[in-house]
Amino acid sequence: MANLDDLYREIILDHYRTPRNRGELASPPAIRTEGYNPLCGDELVIYLDIQDGVLVDIKLSGHGCSISQASSSMMSAAVKGKTIDEVRAAIERFKQLMTVHETTLDGNGEAPVADLRTMGELAALQGVVKFPVRIKCATLAWNTLSQGLDDYGVQGTGSK
Amino acid sequence: MSSYNPRRVRVDTPLLERVINGRPITYLDSASSTLPPRPVIEAMTRYYELRHANVHRGVYQTAVEATDVYEGARAATARFINAPQGMDEVVFTKNTTESFNLLAKSWGAANLKAGDVVLVTEMEHHANIVPWFQLRDQLGIEVRFVPVRDDFRLDVSDLDRLLDGVKLFSFTAASNVLGTRNPVKELTRIAHDHGALVALDAAQSVGHQPTDVVDLDVDFFCFSAHKMLGPTGLGVLWTRAEILESMPPFLGGGGMIADVRLDGYVPAAGPTRFEAGTPPIAETAGLTAAIRYLEGLGLANIARHEDELTGDALKRLANEFDGRVRVIGPVDTVDRGGVLSLDVDGVHPHDVAQVLDQFGVCVRPGHHCAKPLMRRFNLAATARASFGPYSLTSDTDVLLEALGSAVTMFA
Repeated sequence: MANLDDLYREIILDHYRTPRNRGELASPPAIRTEGYNPLCGDELVIYLDIQDGVLVDIKLSGHGCSISQASSSMMSAAVKGKTIDEVRAAIERFKQLMTVHETTLDGNGEAPVADLRTMGELAALQGVVKFPVRIKCATLAWNTLSQGLDDYGVQGTGSK
Repeated sequence: MSSYNPRRVRVDTPLLERVINGRPITYLDSASSTLPPRPVIEAMTRYYELRHANVHRGVYQTAVEATDVYEGARAATARFINAPQGMDEVVFTKNTTESFNLLAKSWGAANLKAGDVVLVTEMEHHANIVPWFQLRDQLGIEVRFVPVRDDFRLDVSDLDRLLDGVKLFSFTAASNVLGTRNPVKELTRIAHDHGALVALDAAQSVGHQPTDVVDLDVDFFCFSAHKMLGPTGLGVLWTRAEILESMPPFLGGGGMIADVRLDGYVPAAGPTRFEAGTPPIAETAGLTAAIRYLEGLGLANIARHEDELTGDALKRLANEFDGRVRVIGPVDTVDRGGVLSLDVDGVHPHDVAQVLDQFGVCVRPGHHCAKPLMRRFNLAATARASFGPYSLTSDTDVLLEALGSAVTMFA
């Protein structure tokens, strides 16, 4: 049985109570992109200042539950100052962390274990997968970030 | 004679025997869906074990019996809501949402033209908003809204002007978010005076108070079986026989025709014109059982009991938590149902519901398919607790205990 402490880790509550990178950036030049969770009415606006393939600044506004707010706050801290390639890699790693395979929905098999060592405090969100209805809360910010990069055709250098 | 005892209903409801996270379940989500008592479940099981066949087709014994089950539910429903012309006025749908879609796409498309107005209210469920927007986009009708006041009641001060040019006033008997019960008879009388027909969303009322469509004097009446102790997958649209006869078919296919040839088709007469394809049959057996069960309890008794529960809960919510828990809805039980939308200061409804789940408490977080209403009160969501005929003050006890934990955790 999933325990509430797995979900509401202290670091998550900390980001919820004291969210990082709240605010707005003038758009343009910043990229502005909106994300919605139609299930619970959460709304998120992400502002991205990208210069020479680097995410120089990121700001967030909107409202949501503790999981979506903490996830977006932790995301902003994790990707700020990173190259677009690094940002995209971080998005992929996080999505993998949140993946519940169909086999587990079927009642068979275990979800693959993501490599937590490279994830820093984001690893605290791993407990969310034990509460499947909350996964969408945790991924909202990441999907919105990914959408923002895609919509504006932001390319990395492609070098690995 | 009715002998209503909520403890007895509890014993009759198998799902209430569940233990969730080590606690007996505290089911406070009856506004989403009510829990079926054993007679409803057994009626459906008995149907599948003894009588299952397709309806309106075979001449063999079980096919006749299956048809009797299906049409018997239509007759029981007609009696339950006091349909003046009986079962010929009762159309089975999938749910309240489909009833409204049928209303919009059949009656609406045939009777409304560009510039005509459909009036709804700001407290409607999306089921009574989106079909009209779809019709607006298709035909150019206007969709108008009766505003909601700060005290969570409809603002009817400007109703005469709002009703100008209105062909249909479609509104809810009871808000699924606020609990507000609207003055159906009064609103209907005013709408009729302006030459408008009236459609009532009764999803939140049929299982909680007596229903009489003649007394209400409405023209269309929509509800779902699963919100009155019945099964999911079955809804009802009632309308007067003369209106129903004039409405064009909705979905096309088997069962809804009188004849089909290579050059066209002739629709069936009566309610079956709107019931294309094999309908939910076992569910109608469940609906009949639910009606009998509710009538055995007495809808007026249920209303009185839920009023008491609501009054008690409102009082206790106001006295505890130092004002950190706000009820989004009327604060007294006058014209109010047992729906308590909660806004907990500093705690998102999703988190409230998550903490409550640890106590086995089932509430619904979210916008409750009423986003215009949520925007009206600057809310993204609420955590909604709602009562049913099996609810007890002990459910409120656990709710308050769990709310206390949520308040502390996020303080």
